[in-house]
Amino acid sequence: MPTADPAIQLDRVSRHYTMGETSVRAVNELSLSVPNNEFLALLGSSGSGKSTLLNLIAGLDRPTSGSIFAHGQNIASLSSLELARYRCNTIGMIFQSFNLLPRMTLEENIELPLRLAEVDRAERPARVREALERVRLTHRLGHRPTELSGGEQQRVAIARALVNRPKILLADEPTGNLDSATGEAILTLLRELRSQLGMTTVMVTPERPLAEQFADRLAIMGDGKLLSTTSPKGLPQ
Amino acid sequence: MKPPDLIDLALRNLRESILRNALTTLGVAVGVASLVAMLSLGVGLQQLAAKRLSQSGLFDTILVTPKNAFRGMGRPQREPESDKPPRVLDEDARKEMEKLPNVIEVYPQVRFFTEIRFNNKPFATVVAGMPDSSRNSGSFDGMQGNFFSSTTANEAILQIEFAKDLSEKTSSLIGQELVLRYAERQSLPSAAANTEPSANPPDSSGGGFSVVPKELRLKIVGIVETEPAAGYGGYGNARLLMPLATASTLRAAQVNDLRDIVRDSNAGKTTYASLSVRAKSPSQVEALETSIKKMGFNAFSLLDASKSLRTFFTVFDSLLGIFGCLALAVATLGIVNTLVMAILERRREIGVLKALGAADSDVQQLFFIEAGVMGFFGGIFGVLFGWLLGRAVTFGTNVYLQRQNLNPIELSSVPLWLVFSALIFAILVSLAAGLYPASRAAKLNPVDALRYE
Repeated sequence: MPTADPAIQLDRVSRHYTMGETSVRAVNELSLSVPNNEFLALLGSSGSGKSTLLNLIAGLDRPTSGSIFAHGQNIASLSSLELARYRCNTIGMIFQSFNLLPRMTLEENIELPLRLAEVDRAERPARVREALERVRLTHRLGHRPTELSGGEQQRVAIARALVNRPKILLADEPTGNLDSATGEAILTLLRELRSQLGMTTVMVTPERPLAEQFADRLAIMGDGKLLSTTSPKGLPQ
Repeated sequence: MKPPDLIDLALRNLRESILRNALTTLGVAVGVASLVAMLSLGVGLQQLAAKRLSQSGLFDTILVTPKNAFRGMGRPQREPESDKPPRVLDEDARKEMEKLPNVIEVYPQVRFFTEIRFNNKPFATVVAGMPDSSRNSGSFDGMQGNFFSSTTANEAILQIEFAKDLSEKTSSLIGQELVLRYAERQSLPSAAANTEPSANPPDSSGGGFSVVPKELRLKIVGIVETEPAAGYGGYGNARLLMPLATASTLRAAQVNDLRDIVRDSNAGKTTYASLSVRAKSPSQVEALETSIKKMGFNAFSLLDASKSLRTFFTVFDSLLGIFGCLALAVATLGIVNTLVMAILERRREIGVLKALGAADSDVQQLFFIEAGVMGFFGGIFGVLFGWLLGRAVTFGTNVYLQRQNLNPIELSSVPLWLVFSALIFAILVSLAAGLYPASRAAKLNPVDALRYE
């Protein structure tokens, strides 16, 4: 269950793009607080700015203005190298298209964040096995991603996101490429992991029923702005 | 990321596009091979020239004469005015020179113009005494016949051109005898020293000398194609060589003997008209020359000519190197092309790496290592191909030379410094080629890269 301390604090965050002579306000003066251990679902139609917001929280993009605090650290002011370390140590990310590297085995894919975090070689196999056990895929250690189903690939992606024990898990439409049953299984897994590991989870999804079923809170976005935040039962928060 | 992980990932990436990367590496190898082959020919030619010259003894030998001696071209030497008499080139001086660092040996020059008779025909030539150490100088490598059987043997080795004068079939000369006719010095008693003539050492010239015609039978033991006793300082090239000890005992009148008559008396002491000082290598000649001059003697070497030769080969090697580098320059463009293509293909992968926490420098180093690995393997294969190419050129040249009845030569040489220099150069050039792609990959926006299909 979420605690009162905010894991993520967005303060009047804007992200503007210039396309030719037009300025696009993907995120516009958005403020939002995500408490520790909360499972927040970002909802909105296509082009509402939810993925851009997720990228800003992930440190993959920088805001045009405003500040983003993650566990008390303003990531908007970090250098490129510090942002990379933040992504490596604080954030775990999963994507709609899984983004596993096809030429690597599952073990090697999951080991990749450990290499980036410069974890000792001797410690890595145990960490990889632990991550795979959490997503119940230990028997596919030596397989390549193309030999797995979509659901299994997403579970591997989750294992890869968890292997560095992040404080924040960001999921960009994690069920977008899966059938509904598999999607539900993945979200069930995410919720379990959130409970076990005490992570703050922010998920972008266009599917409101799924969000209502699994998230602690829904944040509705439109035209780059936060329109409302509600409880899964529709109560304003 | 730690270097072992970076190298591991880079090698994995290279293995993924094995054909393309192998072809790029082959391009680097061809470039390095052309560079190595060109330079190996330059080095080989330089070594060939240096060997021929060192065999002549011109570049590692210093000719030492007393300060009151005449210079080779007959010009009187300009001496600063001094009350101190010039130092005598005697046995003490010889021993002192032998103790100088990097001196192999010090021996008197015995070289005289004379006549020999062979088959009752007279032939004029220059005779030179050869020290026993010249046996291993390389000058007599590949000679017909043998070197002198002993240091005091009455034997002769003929220079090929002179041998041709004696007989059209030079090989038939070996074992035959010739008669050396020479003018022997016989010392006259010195009035000042009042010593018995028989007590004077052979080269003592205190009281002047008389000249007596003498003959000596010499057995021809060898014929040499090089010029082991090419002369300088007023002497001609010696065409008849005999053991130095044998030549010394002849007491044959030499060019400088006339000068000794008018020189101050050094009765009772062995003096030399000139001494040859052999250095361990031509590079030590300059320092030795200075030391000998400080001892109060004239010292003369062909160091300047040696310097010019080195300058010529440096320029020659540079030109060959520039031509060799052209192929390597083309190969570097291949590396740039391969890596730029790799960025396009691995755009999404770069995005994933960055999303997982890779710093810009990690991505940059990854591409750098890939370029460096291609350069390393290209360098190794290039050195190998270059060496093979040099051997092939040498082989072809030697086949041609043998058809022309000429001795084979070592045309190319790949010394260790060339191997390592080529390898390091290949890696550096490849890293330079990787600069642009690596920087481009590092600057990729992760959000754009993740969107790339």
